[in-house]
This record gives sequence, structure tokens and C-alpha cells, in this order.
Amino acid sequence: MSTATAPNYELLQQEGLETSLLEISMGPHHPSTHGVFRMDVKLDGETVVELRPVFGYLHRNHEKLAENMTYLSSMPFTDRLDYFNSMTNNWAYALAAEKLIEVEVPERAEYLRVIMAELTRLVNHVTLVGFFINDLGALGTPLMYAFREREKILDLFEQASGARMMCNYFRFGGLRNDVPEGWLDRTRELVDRFPAFLDEYEQLLCENEIILSRTQGVGNLSRELAINAGITGPMLRASGVNYDLRKVDAYGIYDRFKFRVPYTDGDTGDCYDRFMIRMLEMRESVAILKQALADIPEGDIIGKVSKVFKPKPAEVYGRIEGPKGELGFYLIADGTTKPYRYRVRPPSLINLTVLRDMCLGGKIADAVIILGSIDIVLGEVDR
Amino acid sequence: MSILGGGIFKGMAVTLRNFVGSYFYKERLTTNDYEWRPDGALPQSIGDYPKEEGEQLSDTTTVNHYSRNFPMLLHDTGEPMDTIRCVACQICERECPPQCIYIEKSTEKIENADGKPQFYPAKFDIDVSVCMSCQICVEVCPFDAIVMNSQFELSTPDRFGGLLVRRDDLLKSNDYYHKIHPQEAAARDQKMADDKAAKVAKKKAAAEKAKAAAEAKAASAAEAKASEDKTEDAE
Repeated sequence: MSTATAPNYELLQQEGLETSLLEISMGPHHPSTHGVFRMDVKLDGETVVELRPVFGYLHRNHEKLAENMTYLSSMPFTDRLDYFNSMTNNWAYALAAEKLIEVEVPERAEYLRVIMAELTRLVNHVTLVGFFINDLGALGTPLMYAFREREKILDLFEQASGARMMCNYFRFGGLRNDVPEGWLDRTRELVDRFPAFLDEYEQLLCENEIILSRTQGVGNLSRELAINAGITGPMLRASGVNYDLRKVDAYGIYDRFKFRVPYTDGDTGDCYDRFMIRMLEMRESVAILKQALADIPEGDIIGKVSKVFKPKPAEVYGRIEGPKGELGFYLIADGTTKPYRYRVRPPSLINLTVLRDMCLGGKIADAVIILGSIDIVLGEVDR
Repeated sequence: MSILGGGIFKGMAVTLRNFVGSYFYKERLTTNDYEWRPDGALPQSIGDYPKEEGEQLSDTTTVNHYSRNFPMLLHDTGEPMDTIRCVACQICERECPPQCIYIEKSTEKIENADGKPQFYPAKFDIDVSVCMSCQICVEVCPFDAIVMNSQFELSTPDRFGGLLVRRDDLLKSNDYYHKIHPQEAAARDQKMADDKAAKVAKKKAAAEKAKAAAEAKAASAAEAKASEDKTEDAE
């Protein structure tokens, strides 16, 4: 992997003045933005010449905990990985465990899973854009509009699962309970109204000269480095790679829906591309939601699975296209009720590894924007 | 982008539209309105907080059909301890992800609602400060003895003892459960009745089978004896 080297720099020389690099510690920040994350930055004036990300403040021993409890019991803990997207976290874990026990997921459950996952993608992208603009210095307005729309979707989650964020809604072989009466109609209404909000949001942000000048040409990520570093999700597509697990793997029933995968030509791969990819992806999510809500059949919600089971010894890997990238769960079963090994492949952590390469040579103020455009949640990075 | 700053003005038009619109359209408001208070007023004094049980449950902005906040133990109609469903099997204690349930099994059996002698939890404590409202205990319980309550204001001035909820405070009647989660409670009762009927039917079938087997055995024995007698006669 080719990583960027620190640029050559010459310190300002002036007679009678001693000059040196400035070493500062940025962060740790408050959990409600990106999480508790620190960067050790070396500066020459305002230019970043060295950057070292420091994380682990939010480590909760997720993997080892899961190895000491039954398969079902660690489902609620997956909610807490990436706390914006508990539904997709649940799905990735359920997919992995379903490979172990080989259970058929009923049709209605598959449709509801897609609906929940795409609503989650809307929640994630809309808040990400809000926080990203927040990092640019626009405190409040775009973020509050984003939160207003997010709240409507979280209300739907609450009606279906009983909790706004820690949904814990997916089960091996289906879902915990059917959605309440009238839920689908309310979702249809929301989905119909969402494009109007997106129009307004685009009008608010996409032509703003300050956003354009702050994001264009900042934090370039080449296609080559993105592939080599294992970047996935919208960040990879912003660097010009057409790769989406919903198309590649077609897990669940994604092969039944018609949708496009937005990606760039890969010339720049800058913060603006990453921002716009998310705006475009929301449109596609709305398209998937419309199709799923039109076709959803009646029927059972969960297949026949016992609550505590002993799978045959096997190794499985279940992965989905989470809103942040490829989220995978790797399980080794050893014939007991607990997994022998439980490993999470977190998209946030792996996307974060190129932070240094993108920041070097840029300005210190841009480092904050680049971090915002990666879309990390420290709950998932540190686990 | 013909004029410099045109995009910014365009964005400002959006904020103006939202500002004016928020006076006329509810969906443009960024805040929640408190429908459960008569005049939509926020709590005025410390005396309003925490809210009464009934007031909490009528709060439709927070409580819905699938609301889950903290577990409660169910008992059927009658004295709580005479009709408690929990038999202290300790499955929920084992499966609880954050390990916040503490159970002590009784040493002797008492009669449950069906008049069958069963063990009961001598101690059943749940730690509010650890519980994460995940509902795994409800799902693994084979006796439908533990379900989720919708009460959400569990704050207490006592940091230690007050956060550990004891068995007697956890016990709630099935009627209360019907009041807060009508559909779920009805489905659960139906399932329990079905299970019971299936059990009875199975028992009956088993008894009949045993009877039939015994009869067949007796018949074959008699036949064998008859044939033995026959052979004896022939000799």
C-alpha cells in the first residue's frame, strides 16, 4: 500500500527568531458529534506535516463479550456498534448467524428488512451531511433540518420496534414482531414526502459558494489508494469505483429492486464528491423504498428458530452494504451455544485508516472537514 | 452561479421559508409538542416530576404498543405471590446480556394459579441502572412470566437501594398488562391457552395410547394363553 510521505517543508528562517514545528493534540471530542477521537497533529504554520489518529477511548470489549454469551444475547449489543444504524448492524449479524443455522426467512420479513435498512440509510446520510456542514462551521441550521427529518424516521422505528435508536429488531430467521397497523401507510407518506425535503436540502447546500470552496479539491483520495486500503461504501464510490454490495452480493432480496449506484469518475475523490455521493444515494434509497412498499406481501414474520441453538462447527462471514460501507460479521461456531470467535469488520475503522494520507499537506482546518467526510462513528471504530 | 454569493442567497431563501413555515406547518417544526398535557405546557414545578403512573402511560408521544422500558413480573388474578407465573428457572438470568437480573430459587414449592406445586423466586431483583431494555428476557421466558412495562420515569433520589427493583415491586397483574399492551397481551394469553390445550391433548393422547397399548398387551397375552391352552389340550 502506498502511503503518503510527509511533504518537504522548510521552516521560516528569520534572524533572531527561533522557529519549530508545532505539535498539537486535537480532541478528544464530545461523543455526540463523531465520538471520542483524538488526532496528534504536527504543524508547520497552518500546514499539516504529520498526523496520527488516536482512538480506543470508547472500547467496550464488544467482541469478547459476544464470545461469552449465546448468539441471541449479543444481538442487542450490535445496536451499539454504530448507534446511528442499529437496524443495519442487526441485519449483518443476523445474516452471519443465519448461515450457521440455515433458516428460511419469510418473504414479508425480507421486505421489511429492506425497508428498515433503507430508512436507516436515509437517517445516516441525512445526519452525516448535517454533521459534515457542522464541521465546516455552519453550526445549527442544516443539522437541525436533518435532525427534524431523522426524527420522523426514528418515530417510525419506535412504533415498530419500541425504541428509537437501539432497535434490536432483527432476529435470526426474520424479525421480532410484525409492524403495527397503519405503519406501512405512515412510511409511504414519509417516503413520498422525502424527495421534497431533499430538493430543499440541495437548494440550501449544493450551490453554496462557501461549501464549494471549502470542500472542492480538499482531501483527495485516489482510486488506487482507496482500493488498496480496503475502503468501502460511499467513500469508495466517491473515488470512482463502482462497487456496492447490494449489487455485488444481492443479499436479502436486493436483486428484485431497480436502483442505480452513484459513483464518480475518480478524478478527484475529494470531500465534495463524498458529500454529493451521499446526497445522490438518498434518492436511490427512496426509489428502493417505494418499490419495496408497493410489493410487500402479507405473511409470517419469522421462521422456525429456537431461541438458544447449537450450530454445527463452521466458519461464516455475513456482510451487508451498510450506510458507511461493508459491515461484516465473522463467526466461528464450535458446537456450543456460544460463538468460539466473533469478529466485526467495521467500515468506520477501515475507512479511517486513510485519514493521514488525505490530510498531509493540507491545512489544519481542512483536517476537520476530511474527518467529517469519512463518516465515522466511534462506537464502531473502537467497539 | 451568475452572481457571486447567489448560492448563499438561495440557501437563505430556504431558511426563510422554513422559519415562516414553522408557524403554519407542524412538519417544519424541529421540536416535539407535548400533546399529553392539557394545554401543551411543559412541567412548571419540581412537583410535576416524575409524572404519575397513569399520566406516563397516556403520554402518546413516548408510549406506544411496542414500548419497552423495564421488565415486570406477571401474576394472574389474585394475590400476587399465590398466582405468580415465574418458577425461578433462571433462564432470563443466564441470557440477560448485561447480566442485571438476580434470582434466588425458593427451597420449597407452593401452589401456583393452576393448583400445581411449583418453585417460586425467593428473590428476584433487577438493576435499573444496568438494564438496557433489550427484551431478551421476555423472549427467552418459557412461562410468559416476564414482560416489558412502558413506564419510563424511573428516576429515584436513592442512588443505591432505589436502583435495585425488588420482586414485590416488579410484580404486576395480567390485567395491568392488558391495559398497557392490549394486542400483545391478548396474543400471549391466546398462545398460553393454545399451549395448555396442546399439552392436555398430548397428555390425553398419551394416556389413550398407553391404555390401547395395555389393552393390546392384555389381548395378546390372553391369546397367547389361549393358544397355550389349545396346545395343552391337543397333547
